[in-house]
Amino acid sequence: MRAFRRFYGEHPLHLLALLGCFALAGAAVLALWPNPNAVTIAIWFAGAVVAHDLVLYPLYALADRSLVLARRVRRRVSARAVAVPATNHVRLPVMGAALAGLIWFPTISGRAAGTAFFASGLPPTVDYVQCWLLLTAALFLLSAVLYAVRLGRAAVRARA
Amino acid sequence: MRPVGPERPDREDPAVTSTTEPAPGQGRGEGREAPDEDGYGFPRPLWRGLARLPVPPPFSARTWRSPLRGRWLTSVFGLVLLIGLPIVIVTGFLSWLAYGPQFGQAIPADVGYLRPPPLEWPTSPSWLYRLTQGLHVGLGLVLVPVILAKLWSVVPKLFAWPPVRSPAQLLERISLLALVGGILFELVTGIMNIQYDYSFGFDFYTAHYWGAWVFLAGFVTHVLIKLPVLVRALRAGAPGRWLHDSAEQTVPEPPDDEAGHGLVATAPSAPTMSRRALIGTVAGGSALVAVLSIGRSVDPLRPLAFLSPRGRSYGTGPNEFQVNRTAFAAGIGPGVGDGYALVLTGGPAGEVRLDRAALAAMPQHTAVLPIACVEGWSTVRTWSGVRLRDLAAAAGVPAPANAFVASLERAGPFARVTLQGNQVLDPDSLLALRVGDADGGPMADLSLDHGFPARVIVPALPGVHNTKWVGSIDFRRA
Repeated sequence: MRAFRRFYGEHPLHLLALLGCFALAGAAVLALWPNPNAVTIAIWFAGAVVAHDLVLYPLYALADRSLVLARRVRRRVSARAVAVPATNHVRLPVMGAALAGLIWFPTISGRAAGTAFFASGLPPTVDYVQCWLLLTAALFLLSAVLYAVRLGRAAVRARA
Repeated sequence: MRPVGPERPDREDPAVTSTTEPAPGQGRGEGREAPDEDGYGFPRPLWRGLARLPVPPPFSARTWRSPLRGRWLTSVFGLVLLIGLPIVIVTGFLSWLAYGPQFGQAIPADVGYLRPPPLEWPTSPSWLYRLTQGLHVGLGLVLVPVILAKLWSVVPKLFAWPPVRSPAQLLERISLLALVGGILFELVTGIMNIQYDYSFGFDFYTAHYWGAWVFLAGFVTHVLIKLPVLVRALRAGAPGRWLHDSAEQTVPEPPDDEAGHGLVATAPSAPTMSRRALIGTVAGGSALVAVLSIGRSVDPLRPLAFLSPRGRSYGTGPNEFQVNRTAFAAGIGPGVGDGYALVLTGGPAGEVRLDRAALAAMPQHTAVLPIACVEGWSTVRTWSGVRLRDLAAAAGVPAPANAFVASLERAGPFARVTLQGNQVLDPDSLLALRVGDADGGPMADLSLDHGFPARVIVPALPGVHNTKWVGSIDFRRA
């Protein structure tokens, strides 16, 4: 047992669980393989990982980094104390708008308007970009109101 | 509740001081965690040598700055997914069962042993499919922020250096492709499908079904391997050890792993957000998605789903409800009612033909039933027409084993369906002629888009199997 762990690096049950995983996933892949679109499906499968790990994640991490850097710069260049940090009042509405934009991208972009019309019979008269922008505006407005309230409370507290 | 105050970060707390010195049960001392005293397996010199190489970002541990990452935080997201994802998985397989695999109608039809256990889909409660499929799609959407947060919380492991330290880790990282690839693939295909975006070019059902098995393999294995870690991390953080800190008080969790493979930042930035706020943000994201989705399934709230194709209302009349396949798409013209006669077969006397007047002269039954789509949206209407079991009796087969319903639509993938015996015999299973809203409003003949002259409506049956423009029904004894 000790020799096995020194070689493998984990308990034998760890290996057993992984072999089970590969057997089941392998069976599913083999069952799908005769499908003429199997390669396209595999590409989308791998593409989903690449799109998240190597595109979406770096993009949002960099965007967030810029916000954190801006916060750091603000604290360096101005000696005035920060009454209420604004970072999250920008971050959260951006996240909300990005989340909705991501999930409903097929509708907002209008790329599926034709098939949706064919299915539902409703003509594509709705401007979904405008709907999304209104949602974005509402999220920022809500955030700004909360920020103003917090600023006001901080000012009252400072005076007291 | 622990006292909170500015003095907190300085207090005597082993979990905090262990940022420099591992506390008991954390780090190296834990036998179940470290496979060997150093965590390396065969071939040790290779992994050790790799570990000594200086690597640039994102492979160097200093890349990861967030002071929030750590086992406890990841375990919180993991726990939510551990509860939520099995519901999404089970309801997904229930939908496959609801399509009637015993008649070869489930998609994909030929799945060998990789299928859920057989189940005769019930007709009661009538909102069963509405609930299961609404949960499958709705909960799947609501979990998107949690899944993204979970992936964010473990991203340092993706770029960890050395990439693996043992054969065990190599195999485990390969299995994560099934887990992460599986969930992302299922989300992307599902989210595109509910919005009529078929640009992936393959059959959605087939890909989503097999993708689910690959994900299930990765998910079950991940839970088996990580559940002890999750339990330990949550116990160490209980009760709310990390929840009460404000942003200023937030310090990194104690280091959790060997150098290079931990979640906790080795060079953390100053916190901009507390753990409480981050968890609240993710919950807020889920709440936002829930608010934007609930209208797909609840008629009075439909305007809330203003970003969804199914958030649009058709109006307020009896026939003003969601259309899944228009008469135009089905190739049904306005003259479909001229000389219409429903053909019933399967009885000893042979064919029975009933024109619309004859159908209307039979005993009429009214039922308030939902109609729910595989895409997760649903609506409730009042339906009125002839009971399917009365039609079976009229055909001379009072207790059919099943019934084959054919639409006048020629080419559509759901133009024909076989109903189970229980679905034919349920007292609320109708060949509907008229429809109205669910609130007792006026009734009207079905419109062309909703299946005039007659359509099937069966409790708890997936929407597309409620055949429109019914031309014939063959009642079968066995």
